[in-house]
Amino acid sequence: MSKPRKQIHLAAHFPGVNNTTVWSDPAAGSHIEFSSFAHFARTAERAKFDFLFLAEGLRLREQGGKIYDLDVVGRPDTFTVLSALAAVTEHLGLTGTINSTFNEPYEVARQFASLDHLSDGRAAWNVVTSWDAFTGENFRRGGFLPKEERYSRAREFLATANELFDSWHGDEIAADQETGTFLRDAQAGAFVHRGQHFDIEGRFNVPRSPQGRPVIFQAGDSEEGREFAAAGADAIFSRYATLKEGQAFYADVKGRLARHGRTPDQLLILPAATFVLGDTDAEAEELAREVRRQQVSGATALKHLEFVWNRDLSAYDPDGPLPDIDPDLGEHTLARGRAQVRMYRDPLATAREWRELAAANKWSIRDLVIETGSRQAFVGSAATVADTIDAFVQADASDGFILVPHITPGGLDVFADTVVPLLQERGVFRTEYEGTTLRDHLGLAQPPSGAAAAGSAAGDARAAS
Amino acid sequence: MSTAPSAPPSPEPDSSLRLAVALDGAGWHPAAWREPVARPRDLLTAGYWTDLVTEAERGLLDFVTIEDALGLQSSHFTEPDGRTDQVRGRLDAVLIAARVAPLTSRIGLLPTVVVTHTEPFHISKAIATLDYVSTGRAGVRVQVSARRNEAAHFGRRTLPSFRPEDLESPAVQELTLDLFDEAADYVEAVRRLWDSWEDDAEIRDVATGRFVDRDKLHYIDFESRHFSVKGPSITPRPPQGQPPVGALAHGTVTGAPFRLLGRSADLGFVTPHDTGQARATVAAVRAEQEAAGRAGEPLRLFADLVVFLDDDPAAAAARKERLDGLAGYPYTSDARIFTGTASQLADLLQEFGEAGLTGFRLRPAVAGHDLPAITRGLVPELQHRGVFRQAYEADTLRGLLGLQRPAGRYATDGALAGAATAAAADAVATA
Repeated sequence: MSKPRKQIHLAAHFPGVNNTTVWSDPAAGSHIEFSSFAHFARTAERAKFDFLFLAEGLRLREQGGKIYDLDVVGRPDTFTVLSALAAVTEHLGLTGTINSTFNEPYEVARQFASLDHLSDGRAAWNVVTSWDAFTGENFRRGGFLPKEERYSRAREFLATANELFDSWHGDEIAADQETGTFLRDAQAGAFVHRGQHFDIEGRFNVPRSPQGRPVIFQAGDSEEGREFAAAGADAIFSRYATLKEGQAFYADVKGRLARHGRTPDQLLILPAATFVLGDTDAEAEELAREVRRQQVSGATALKHLEFVWNRDLSAYDPDGPLPDIDPDLGEHTLARGRAQVRMYRDPLATAREWRELAAANKWSIRDLVIETGSRQAFVGSAATVADTIDAFVQADASDGFILVPHITPGGLDVFADTVVPLLQERGVFRTEYEGTTLRDHLGLAQPPSGAAAAGSAAGDARAAS
Repeated sequence: MSTAPSAPPSPEPDSSLRLAVALDGAGWHPAAWREPVARPRDLLTAGYWTDLVTEAERGLLDFVTIEDALGLQSSHFTEPDGRTDQVRGRLDAVLIAARVAPLTSRIGLLPTVVVTHTEPFHISKAIATLDYVSTGRAGVRVQVSARRNEAAHFGRRTLPSFRPEDLESPAVQELTLDLFDEAADYVEAVRRLWDSWEDDAEIRDVATGRFVDRDKLHYIDFESRHFSVKGPSITPRPPQGQPPVGALAHGTVTGAPFRLLGRSADLGFVTPHDTGQARATVAAVRAEQEAAGRAGEPLRLFADLVVFLDDDPAAAAARKERLDGLAGYPYTSDARIFTGTASQLADLLQEFGEAGLTGFRLRPAVAGHDLPAITRGLVPELQHRGVFRQAYEADTLRGLLGLQRPAGRYATDGALAGAATAAAADAVATA
């Protein structure tokens, strides 16, 4: 007897500052004007998606000491856009990346609690870390966070934020106009946190929000990142969207949950994936080839190779063979502010592998970057794409996908209009929102109220204050 | 219901009086939440704030400010008070402003930000983004925090404990100077970040594959005693170029708050209690402006007034008295407290206006009562007198305030950068 079919979770990432976004397409609009974000969010909500996701960067990317100018440059502030989007949507979850290195827990907690109030329970936080002095140059703390402290700060940051979220239990506001009692508890919001990274105390000034805490997402797939997610996240973004890699990652991360006293349904695995749709599979394949050529110009291919080589390769011909010199193994300073740099932990091995691939397939530099650099893409007719997505989810390669269109802001429309109805017909995707909060959409339980969750910590805070 | 004035405006009305409201919870009186109209259970909802701001927009007001703080509200000047009989808890003001922006179309939105514990980089992009989501209606009101308990929420700096009577002690004066100087540095960093993208930096040049002209993006390299910021911003220059920056300032021994206005502000909120004080305040701020070398630049000064408005002056006074009774003490304020009718308030505003003020920022004592009294009573009265607009005449906050869109300081080609807007082109032509 077959097991019941899993319900698919779908989300949309507003495309931005990487070469996925084809800004040169005549259909490409603004990536800054609010009308773009509103269009994108309304499409996602029309398609009954779980949430919209915004990434973040805290410094403009550079290559060779100059601002990188080949991709979209510039983006708005995450919190501000998400709050404005709450005004033009009713159900859609609003997920933002907020860095735990160049922020402080009190401020971030009050921003997320505010967003959760202002969206009636639709806020989610993708917790990321930074470590580099490059980004730090824009912030008071400045400097360099030793790599080994990244996750310890992130863990403590999240724990501290949770203490703040839980410092109000949810029943303190009486607002009794007759008796004049506004607060039932004179110590509502009291907290004390003494730790390695944060030593703070006082009163949190945002009462408990509709979801209690925002939904917590985590990205990154290092050992520490996986443990961080298994210990405390509600969902994890991964880049393993191919079937086999996806299944391996899924099994690994879900397998970690028991050690943290959690069950597999308490952490959703949501890889990012692009898509190209056509009337037929062949037409979609043809279109996908065109899109990849648009995403990877010759100049982009060379710059991408520099992430691995850590050398200026501008003298090379993108339509020619790969460099025969080896990567520079010194500190990577050529490309800064880019996540890709971290993907290549062993540049020598990567370079060797790429040269072999290119030689075997007679690939130019640009061909190589196109073939190796593209993320999982669902390419085909709507029926093919719906089949594939469903098959991936039913085979436990993921719990759903975060779709990244290559056109801003209309790139999601065709998916909403053609693939979503097919998934709905199969009974694997909702036809109406069944709840009101993002936790409802994701099937996540409400966190225990502060009284239970904060436990002794809150007790200590009260005793100390 | 029609709220039009009973007589047509005079042929050439001097409609230059500017009017704003300061929004804070249920209103500025600590017992405001106990009024039947107060909706005290809604204070943390989007609907509550949308209703207030759309009401202000219905009254054609220039802008609303939204109060904020990094600590729980307190009736005590410097310390938490542990009271349970007043409104406690609030939402982030920038997020409130962003939440109401798409639901309004003309009114300016000035959230409060506390500069003592936040990052200029974050605030710069947040306000720039508020300018995008409101299509040119963002501003920001900067505020310092000398509260020890709020510093403890961040754990990065320790502030001394002091009482109101210590304000003129050397230690507190030194602290005040330091915090206000830091605020001026903060505003400077924020403004440089707004300018760090030239208006025409995005080129989308398909031929060369370049999305931006990176020569039109600028490192700001700002360094001060408390922080440094490299830049450029991650957010392109906002629609207004620079959203107006406001601050509330009182005359003090150190002069630091007025100096902040003189050095850093487009909008100053001041608290004179009579016309003589208003004149003196305007003169003091203008002197600071001149000392800062900004004598020629516009600095709009708004006098703050707490208002209790009723059809009958006795009713307004009685309402204050009743609320004072509920609060357990007579409400006092840094700003003058007005009780009376819309007509009496209009008289007072016109009288104050002669002191050189640009306009007024009214603090509704009870938001649910006094805000509609402003928009549906005071505004028609002022329109009737020909001193307030009949319709919005601009769709940006700068436009409403008569402030030109500034050219970016890093613009490599002034004429080219200025050509982005007619206003800026005029500025270049007359420069």
